[in-house]
Amino acid sequence: MKDNYSFTKEDLEEIEKIKAKFPEVMPATLPVLWVAQRRFGHVEPPVQQLVADTLDLPAAHVHGVASFYTQYYKEEKGKYVLDVCTTTSCQLCGGYKMLHYLEDKLGIKAGETTEDGMFSIQSVECLGACGYAPMMQVTNDVYVNNLTEEKLDTVIEDLKDGSMPDFESVGMPQFEKRK
Amino acid sequence: MAVDWKSYKPVLIPDIPNLENIDVYVKNGGYGALKEVVTQDKWGHSDVVNEVKAANIRGRGGAGFNAGLKWSFMPKPDGGPRYLACNGDESEPGTFKDRKIFEYNPHLFIEGALIAAYAMQVTTIYVYIRGEYISWVRMMEKALADAYDKGFIGKNLFGTDFSVEFEITYGAGAYICGEETSMLESLEGKRGYPRVKPPFPAQKGLWGRPTTINNIETLANVPLVIKNGAGWFKGIGTESHPGPVLYGISGHVNRPGVYELPTGVPVMDLINEVAGGIRNGKKLKALIPGGSSTPVLRADQLVDTCMDADSLREAGSMMGTAGMIVMDEDTDMVETLWRISHFYHHESCGQCTPCREGTGWAEKILLKIRNGEGEIRDLDLLLDLTTQMEGRTICALADAAAWPIRHTINRFRDEFEAKCKKSTHAVA
Ligand SMILES: Cc1cc2nc3c(=O)[nH]c(=O)nc-3n(C[C@H](O)[C@H](O)[C@H](O)COP(=O)(O)O)c2cc1C
Ligand code: SF4
Ligand code: FES
Repeated sequence: MKDNYSFTKEDLEEIEKIKAKFPEVMPATLPVLWVAQRRFGHVEPPVQQLVADTLDLPAAHVHGVASFYTQYYKEEKGKYVLDVCTTTSCQLCGGYKMLHYLEDKLGIKAGETTEDGMFSIQSVECLGACGYAPMMQVTNDVYVNNLTEEKLDTVIEDLKDGSMPDFESVGMPQFEKRK
Repeated sequence: MAVDWKSYKPVLIPDIPNLENIDVYVKNGGYGALKEVVTQDKWGHSDVVNEVKAANIRGRGGAGFNAGLKWSFMPKPDGGPRYLACNGDESEPGTFKDRKIFEYNPHLFIEGALIAAYAMQVTTIYVYIRGEYISWVRMMEKALADAYDKGFIGKNLFGTDFSVEFEITYGAGAYICGEETSMLESLEGKRGYPRVKPPFPAQKGLWGRPTTINNIETLANVPLVIKNGAGWFKGIGTESHPGPVLYGISGHVNRPGVYELPTGVPVMDLINEVAGGIRNGKKLKALIPGGSSTPVLRADQLVDTCMDADSLREAGSMMGTAGMIVMDEDTDMVETLWRISHFYHHESCGQCTPCREGTGWAEKILLKIRNGEGEIRDLDLLLDLTTQMEGRTICALADAAAWPIRHTINRFRDEFEAKCKKSTHAVA
């Protein structure tokens, strides 16, 4: 049953649109892996096979791509994946402190998933939000900026209730008065 | 001769509310430069290239190469497809500026890319954005759809015979895909292994066809140059490195963020006035001026230094992406350098031995020093390692990894030695 993956009609329509962007089919590999990961929550080997079959590309090619890029989940992760940035700017502003706080709070280490399958934590490289350090990204989606322990508490509670953090638009401080 | 930055008014991201909305953008003259070059006889393809070349927009992706000059390397059209690949990978630690363009002025970038496409007679533009920026990808998808709807992209623009397509795609987590040939591989749907050059992308790029790669901010400058002239552009900032810059300031400052100012602003003004000074009343210790690969400068090296290529070279560093990482007096340089070396090791694609092994060893030795088990001779081993990594690889990641190691150790040697002397092996 678990290995019985298939794309929905909407997925297949989206895949057709993706293919139309490029002169060949191979460039659709990354975007279609994304479609698959959004649908199934991961790209374990059977999902990679589905992508290969759908695009009529060798499975080895799809596997090679899936394993090269860090955002693809080559194995199942928690429902929410907390990617805490610990690269330089975040490191300087307490990124590791935030990471360790989360680890203690959830009782797992970076790279692990909670037993109930709700949360995974990862220590990741710079996410391009260095001015809003420390920060994290939730399940390849929203960025949560200027982390504090209190803010993490709130985010975790909200996620347990199934609500993702809101997108935080950070303006140009030069125009602060505009807001 | 410091530039006058206090009276500067932003032009890349001007203070106009809702400028990301295409109607607001058009109302403020947007897509006027595109229409002008496509429809007016005085703008032949090479005239546009020459104007941009004269403006000397130095690439904002890190290498600082004159954009118009790069465009002029494209061979003559042969009837086949030609590409412009826009680099929105933005993964160099300390860099978070292109996303401001996606969010606040996406049409300026789109218009710039379209003008570049006209200049080089490109048939399809791709913009490649890092996968983590999915929120910004969605914004760009909307902006692009709006530009198509209004007829600024597509077949026979403004009733002329110029046609161009514009597609957006995104990565899935890999710093190396910001390197231009790695980005091409990734766009082609493969692992992001940088290509051996030559052949250069202008000869053989995407699918073996002529391709030019430019950074997002570089292209956003183009409509401004067309509208106001190369002379106007050269009047902003310093002579040899002109124009506006999106400075990304992070680290131990009171008001971090992205600020648009001319090139050549004194570093100390940026830290103390623009970004509100060091947090908690601490003293400045050091600055990484343009993303983590650019050599760190000590506070004493910053006194008369300005943010432009010449001044930074004189001080012993580089402009890079203008992503400034500010460090206060309490910063542990050993810890900082170890983390930087971890980044480059993690991101090495592994094709070249000096890079794969060098970044691995560097991280291992720095970890040992950090953990209090280092010896003085490890420092010289590290310095020796950097010379073996530099200039011997397919792409510049190995150089980017080597520079911070060499310069951080040389500029903070005391701190590294002190750490080694205190170590468990020091007595032996
Ligand atoms: C390891 C590595 C990573 C790079 N990452 C980026 C990046 O994230 N964004 C970018 O625009 N350029 C990046 N570059 C520079 C590009 O290779 C290329 O020079 C640039 O996109 C050209 O655009 P420009 O001339 O407009 O700056 C990187 C280079 C190297 C060696
Ligand atoms: S220098 Fe490093 S990142 Fe660049 S191609 Fe070689 S191994 Fe890959
Ligand atoms: S260092 Fe954390 S987002 Fe850049």
